[in-house]
Formats: sequence, C-alpha cells, structure tokens
Amino acid sequence: MALTHHHMKKIYLYSRFERFWHWTQSVLIVLLMVTGLEVHGLFNLFGFERAVDLHNTFGISWLVLFVFIIFWLLTTGEWKQYIPTSKKLFAVARYYAVGIFKGEDHPVHKSSGAKHNPLQRLVYLGLSAILLPLQMVTGLLYWTYNDWVAYGINFVSLETVANVHMGCAYALLAFLIVHIYMTTTGHSITAHVAAMFSGWEEVPVDYKVEEWEVHKKS
Amino acid sequence: MGFIRRSVLALATVAFLCGPVFGASDDAPGIEMARQATKGKELWITADHSKFDVLKQPFTKGPEVTQACLTCHTEAGHQFHKTIHWTWLDPKAEKEMGIGKGGLVMNNFCINIQSNEPRCTSCHAGYGWKDKNFDFSSQKKIDCLVCHEQTGTYKKFPAGAGNPAPPPGMKFKGNGKYYKSPDWNKVAQSVSRPTRANCGTCHFYGGGGDGVKHGDLDSSMRMPSKNLDVHMSMEGQKFECTRCHTTVKHQIAGRIYSNPAATDRKSLLEDDLGAKIMCESCHSATPHKSEIGMKLNDHTDKVACQSCHIPTFARELPTKMWWDWSQAGRKKDGKAYVVKGEWGKPTYMTKKGDMRWEKDVIPEYYWFNGTIESITAKTVVDPSLPVQVSRPIGSSKDSKSRIMPFKVHRGKTPYDIVNKNMIIPHLFGKDEAAYWKGYDWVKASAAGMAYAGLPFSGNVGFVETEYVYPITHMVAPKDNVLACEACHSKQSRLSNLNSFYMPRRDSNRVVDAGGWFIVIASAVGVILHALGRIFIKGRKED
Repeated sequence: MALTHHHMKKIYLYSRFERFWHWTQSVLIVLLMVTGLEVHGLFNLFGFERAVDLHNTFGISWLVLFVFIIFWLLTTGEWKQYIPTSKKLFAVARYYAVGIFKGEDHPVHKSSGAKHNPLQRLVYLGLSAILLPLQMVTGLLYWTYNDWVAYGINFVSLETVANVHMGCAYALLAFLIVHIYMTTTGHSITAHVAAMFSGWEEVPVDYKVEEWEVHKKS
Repeated sequence: MGFIRRSVLALATVAFLCGPVFGASDDAPGIEMARQATKGKELWITADHSKFDVLKQPFTKGPEVTQACLTCHTEAGHQFHKTIHWTWLDPKAEKEMGIGKGGLVMNNFCINIQSNEPRCTSCHAGYGWKDKNFDFSSQKKIDCLVCHEQTGTYKKFPAGAGNPAPPPGMKFKGNGKYYKSPDWNKVAQSVSRPTRANCGTCHFYGGGGDGVKHGDLDSSMRMPSKNLDVHMSMEGQKFECTRCHTTVKHQIAGRIYSNPAATDRKSLLEDDLGAKIMCESCHSATPHKSEIGMKLNDHTDKVACQSCHIPTFARELPTKMWWDWSQAGRKKDGKAYVVKGEWGKPTYMTKKGDMRWEKDVIPEYYWFNGTIESITAKTVVDPSLPVQVSRPIGSSKDSKSRIMPFKVHRGKTPYDIVNKNMIIPHLFGKDEAAYWKGYDWVKASAAGMAYAGLPFSGNVGFVETEYVYPITHMVAPKDNVLACEACHSKQSRLSNLNSFYMPRRDSNRVVDAGGWFIVIASAVGVILHALGRIFIKGRKED
C-alpha cells in the first residue's frame, strides 16, 4: 500500500443526511437506468407497461429528493463544496493519469472544508447544476407530454425531449461507471465506499490543508 | 393539483411494486346510465300490436302492411324518407356527387349497385328498388318490418329488390336455400324496437354473405360471448345495437361517409342526451383507473379506444380480405364452378374470381378524424398504385384525429384503361350483357357504364384497390386488450404511422451510437486504468 508510511487519522466527513441522500439517489438512479433502458427497448425485465410506470414513479421520487438535497445544500452552506477551482486541478489530473501508477501520494486530501478535490468539484458541479437538472426537466416534460397544450408548450417536440433525455442517460451511465471505479482509488480499495456508509474518512495526520481548501461554515 | 397528488403518491413509492389493478372498473359512470336505460325496457312499451285491428286485416304484400303502420305512425314515413337507410346517399354531400352506395361510390366487393339493383337492394329497407325508376317519394314502399318485426321469420328474397318471396315461396339458386313467403299478419303484429337480429339481417351479411364485408360484424354478433363483445354479450350487458346507435326520428347515429359520425368527442355523462355513438359518451375520456391507468388515459387524445380494446377482428367467423375480379370467368368443362377452402368459404368462383378469407385478423391502423373519403366512378385514378376506393382522413398533426384500427379489403377490380376511372360493371341480370350470364367484361362494362350515364372507352383493365372499414365492434374484455408492446416496440403494429415519435419504437441513431460510445469508452478506460494499477504495482514489488 502506497500510503502506509503516513500516520492516519479519522475525520467525520459525511453527515447522516448526506449519506442518506447519496445512497437513496444512487439507488434511484440505478433503478431509473434499468427501467429507462427497458422503456428504450434494450431488454425485457418488468414489461414495458410496468417499466414505464416504475420509471415515472422513481423519477418523481428523485425529483422530490433532489429538492430536499438542494435545500440542504443551501441551508448548510455545503454548496460551497462545489465551488470550482483551478488550483491543483492539473496536479490531480496528472496524479490519476501518471502518479497513481508510480505509487505517489494524492496531491489533495479530504478535509471537512474540502470534501472534494478540484476535479471532483468540477465534475459534481457539472452533474448537479447541468446534467441532473437537464435530465429532470426533460423527464418531467416527457412525463407531462399530454398536458403540453394546456401548458402552452409548443417550442419543443417529443422527439427532441426524448433524445436529450436519452443523451443525458448515456452520460449519466458513463459517469456512474467512472464514479464507481474511482471509489477504488483510496488508500484501500473499499475506503471511500466505507466512508460513504459510516461518514468517517481516514486522512493522513501530517497533511497540511491549504487555504483554498477551507471554507468558513456560515 | 394532479402533479401534487402524483408526487405524494410517488414518494410512497416502493411499496408500489406489487401495484394496482389496471383497467376500466365496473363503476364507470356510463355503466350505471346504460343500466337505467336498458332495465325495465318492457315498461316503455305501452302498446301490444297484436291487439290492433288494423294489423288483423288480410295482408298479401309488404306495402299494405306499411300503409297500416302509417295510419298510427303518421310521421314515420316522412322521417324515414330522410334517412340513409332509405336514400343510401350521404345527406351532407351534393346529390350530383353521388356519395353513398346508392350513388356512384365504388367498393371492391360487388362494386356498385347501378344496373344490379334487384340483387343489391335486397338489403334496402324498402320494397321494389329494381332499377333507377324506383319511386323514392312513395311512403308505402318503405319496409317497416325488416327492422321492427320480432318473429325472426321475415326474410327478403336475395334477388328480390327488397321484396320477400311471393307466395308460397321460392328457392334462391345462389345459395340453394328456400325462402318462404312471410305470414304478414304474424310479423306485423310482432313489431317492437329493433334488436341485434334485425340490424344483423343486413349488416352481418353485407357483400352477400356472412362476415364478407365488415369483419367486426357477422352472425357471431347476434348472441356474442363475453370474449367476443363485452357490451353485447349475453353474459354481460346484453346491449342491443340501439344502445349506442341511438335514434332520433328514425335517424340512426353512426354512419360514416364524407362527414364524421360524431364530431364532438364529448362525454355525455353530464347530460344524458344526444347520440351515444362514441365510446367516450359513456366511458368519458379518462376511463382507466389506478396509477398505471393515468398513463393509459393520456392516450385517449391520440388513440381511439378501439385500437387497444379490439386486438383482432373476425375472431369467430372469417371475413373476406382479398377479392381478385381479374381471375373471374374461368370454367371447368364449359361450366362455372366454385372451389371451397378452409372454413367452407369459397376461394375461387367463376362468377367472382379469387378470394381470400382470414380469421382473427390484426387490423391496420390509420390516423382518423371520423371521415372516410370515397372515390366514385367519375374519379380519375392512377393505376400504377393501388387505388384507394375509400380511405380514412386524418393526420398526426390534427388534434381531432386519433389512431384507429381498420379492416382493409384489397382486391383487383375493373377500370377503364383509357379514361382512367373505375368501371361499374353490369353483373346481375338475365340479359347476355350481365357478367354473371355472359362472362364478358367488355359487354358487362359497357352496359353498366351506359346505365350509370358514364363514358366507357371499351378497354377494361384491372387495378389493385383498397377499401377500408373502421373496426369498432367486437370490443374485447379488459383482460384481452393489447399489451403496450404491441405498438411500443420495434415490431410495432403502428410501424406505418411514422410521422411522430413513439417511445421504444423510435430512437435516434446518433444519440444511441454516441451514447454507447462514451459508455463503452468509459468502461474500457477504467478497465485499462485498473489493469495498469495492478500491473505496474505488481512489477514495483518485484
């Protein structure tokens, strides 16, 4: 193990609600992926009718959960974890491309002020500010197709909505694959996953948190 | 509000997997209304016709009975003269256009009644329409009995121009059956509101035989099982035709020519009046209960109820699907002959040509606004394509159109090669020009076209034709409705309706290809990355 020479300490990083929303969201996304791909015609599992019904139900559930997540992010100030930065961005990218193979240290370690490294910040911001809302808006439009006339929606076709929704789904699936793989890059294979369940993450004792990695709780 | 309700429901979601029951439930508001109207039918009858002296006089023919009827039902004659059961013409179209089977409209069965009247008009609700001199203004020519008698013994002679066989009766060569002359007093005294048997007398046998034309109307609909028709079944609601085909002053709701049978897709649940011809009249536009039902209800603006609820037609008896007149006229040993196939139905007749019958037929689907457009013998046609002698009007862009199932009867029928119009052949008659006598298309065409007052070049060809019937009867029980996949799949029943996007049937190649590319690239990327970590780390530890 590359980091065994460090003394490690445990820090409480992920609050109960944070873990709850992360795992509920992940379950919903997997269920949406399965039912959505069935609706798209990839396989037969539930049957079209039930797949559509489940997909709608999961989709609306996710939407409701998402509202709670955003509310939580705004009220706790945790939204600041997603402020993008270019500091150490290249270093992190270089680490995953080269350093990780050489047994180097990760250039950024987690702290309560900076749960996400600069690359994660960028990806998660894009995800939660662009991809997920786009998926939800197109899903909602798809779902309410029959009410478009009543809503006065005539600037978009069902085909466009369906294609954007599908495109986002593929992007999410690609994200999911990389995201799951990245959990194995901690100081042990399961460290990150374990932290997401317990809330406690192990970080080196001697790691000096830089100023940009700290944000004031407000 | 629906959104909030759905959202709340959605949150309580996961218990949902074993989910709700789908389908129209027995508490549909229209069912109660229908029950009220059908229950206690007897109470509505305030006259026993067997007690009327006017019906006890010695009748010898139909018009005498009609005159007796009219002594009490003084307005019935005027009323009936205005209906299409009498005129066989579309009341909304100009008379010169000849829209309607009594005019110049073509079909691809026996084609047109002009010059063939005695055979075709045996289904006319009148007596003696044997040629174009028939007096349409005479009230006593109306046949009240064919629709109202209840003995089941009243039969018109198939080639009798609407008249029953004269006493004592006659054999009809066409089917070898003997037709008795009616007991006029008995049938006259039995009259009541029309039943399925009355309507079926003509509408089950259109085209000269059981199930030939419609495919969703044949003799199996006289006493249908619940599987065949959930409304008319003897185990169920026992609806008569008149339950939906409501009638005001003898005007029966439901004809489809160049004007829709019903224009307003309104529910009549609020005001229990008007024509109940649409499914929605009783079931409303949101007939499905349960959570899944809400998605099904979303379809009712685009999909006719019939499309899902009549999965196939001709479910018990076969219907004719193909009729090639160009093969008619072949003889065996100098004689006309008939070849019978499956179900005892003719597959070849010297008189009629090749025919194909099918059972349990999957309908074809078209956008339909309730209007069917027909061509006439005057219409210029393009013989390089199948000629649509009738076709449904509608489009996916039209908010009044919905996807509707149809029987499409195809065949080859004669047309004028030079003038490029369909031919009205003289088929029936004792003269040599009649095709069924002389088997000469040129003579038969010349005679038929001359009778209709239309030009004929003398050159007969055959062109493929299509004729459509909306499929609207034989509504299956809810357990037998089409599954969503019947349309929402790559093998969609609606594969010919491609002017709109349909989930699962349609997808965008670029989105799919690009999407799978990034997904697979990500997977390959992480696998290579993982291998790299394992491989390089392993080497370092050496």
